[in-house]
Amino acid sequence: MSSYLEANARERLQALLDTDSFVEILPPALRIVSPHLGQLDAPVAFDDGVAIGRGRLHGESVFVAAQEGGFMGGAVGEVHGAKLTGLLQLALKERPYAVLLLLETGGVRLHEANAGLIAVSEVMRALLEVRAAGIPVIVLVGGSNGCFGGMGIVARCANAIVISEEGRLAMSGPEVIETANGVEEFDSRDSALVWRTTGGKHRYLLGDCQMLVADNVGAFRQSAFELVQQCHADAAAIPLTLAGLEAEQQLLQQRIASFGQAHDPLEIWTQLGVADAAGLPMLEADAFVAVAADVRLGV
Amino acid sequence: MDWKNLATSLFPDGHNIIERDQFLSGSGQVGGETVTVIGTTGHAAIGVEIALLQAQEVLATVRAHPQRAIVILVDTQGQRLRHRDEMLGINSYMAHLAKCLDLARRQGHRIVGLVYDQALSGGFITSGLMADACYALPEATIRVMGLPAMARITKVPEERLTELAKSNPVFAPGAANYLRMGGIEEIWHDDLAQRLMQAIRQADPQDKRSAAGLQRGGRSMAFKVTQAVADHADTP
Repeated sequence: MSSYLEANARERLQALLDTDSFVEILPPALRIVSPHLGQLDAPVAFDDGVAIGRGRLHGESVFVAAQEGGFMGGAVGEVHGAKLTGLLQLALKERPYAVLLLLETGGVRLHEANAGLIAVSEVMRALLEVRAAGIPVIVLVGGSNGCFGGMGIVARCANAIVISEEGRLAMSGPEVIETANGVEEFDSRDSALVWRTTGGKHRYLLGDCQMLVADNVGAFRQSAFELVQQCHADAAAIPLTLAGLEAEQQLLQQRIASFGQAHDPLEIWTQLGVADAAGLPMLEADAFVAVAADVRLGV
Repeated sequence: MDWKNLATSLFPDGHNIIERDQFLSGSGQVGGETVTVIGTTGHAAIGVEIALLQAQEVLATVRAHPQRAIVILVDTQGQRLRHRDEMLGINSYMAHLAKCLDLARRQGHRIVGLVYDQALSGGFITSGLMADACYALPEATIRVMGLPAMARITKVPEERLTELAKSNPVFAPGAANYLRMGGIEEIWHDDLAQRLMQAIRQADPQDKRSAAGLQRGGRSMAFKVTQAVADHADTP
């Protein structure tokens, strides 16, 4: 098993962390399930779609959470969100070397809509609390459901993101946009357009992800560790700072000024200086990263 | 509610809030102190521009007015649902706003949110829900999405959801339900200026919403599960 995409949450944890080092907190045997799904005759999962715990990464103590895309698309409900928030609060007490979040989610679980929305905001605040305490938070995105909705915001609150070619990171899914504003606005069946817009390569070029890897758990493991080490090498940059956020403000402002008129990511890539923009989606991860090296933003 | 009437009620001692393309900014007088006001009106769809403008005002306040309180006035239909916003990375813009508010809190700015008209999903999560505490007017609409859309996506019949919404705040829109779940701290029925002054005085950087949700009977599990994990001290 080497594909990150094809693995489930627990398989990812096993392969990502040092052998047999993962210790789960509130494991399925405790059967802590959503209090809301039963009323809707919807199935429950004994882990509510997220595995959390502690483990080791190259010998270093880390806290981890992995969302299970196979259960309701990894969506966040009351219990699911509380497990994430609890893990982040525990990190504040125990101060691990890093917190890794393996996100695969459509965002708020609509079956428990209001509780899910509040839960995501609690995760955001807890995550930023962890960063403020000087503990790096790294997000991994490479599951088939991508990372959408409120969790797409959570991801960008972390210190860094590793994404695969197959990973997607966005807010509203193409179907939602198509339903709201028509197929002319965003054709959700135009899969090439969907990948260009929400896929890992575009995010990496814009500077919203710090590493792009092939769909391989080993590659995720190595990149996540390198990102954690980079964070510790510049420990002052782990918490938010006024200077850091002012720089981000400039960057995001510049992005609108430069690309606000574009209609397709292809135009942006060309504008960035990619010689063969149309060929980018076909490149393997390594070849793509080499092409992107000179043109990507936000480094 | 019209934002101008709201501003008059909130700031009887004066304000200089202006509207530019559904974005509200300025300052107001509360109990002898000046507060920064940012917000939206006209059920604004939060796209990359508005999110960035809100963030800019927060950063300007942190830089120029240390510890000045920030009041967020919420009226939004949620994130803007456009291909362009997704292409530009709207989640990064919303995260940026959330991070700016978090920085402000850590630098001693008290942050109070007020849903005075409508609050939906993505627009709410990075504004009112990022405040120390968020309040609402009684007629405010707060929700993730409407019941018909929710029925379509969850495949649960709308009649069933409507029925459940009567007894379970998890499905139903409205300020009272968010109050029960701890997402809203209090509903302001009258004397808005006095309420705002109190809210700013009581602002607490600690996130106590799951405890409130348990206490008020709206979220039975959130606090317990969070505590169960957070108390999971390292065992040999």
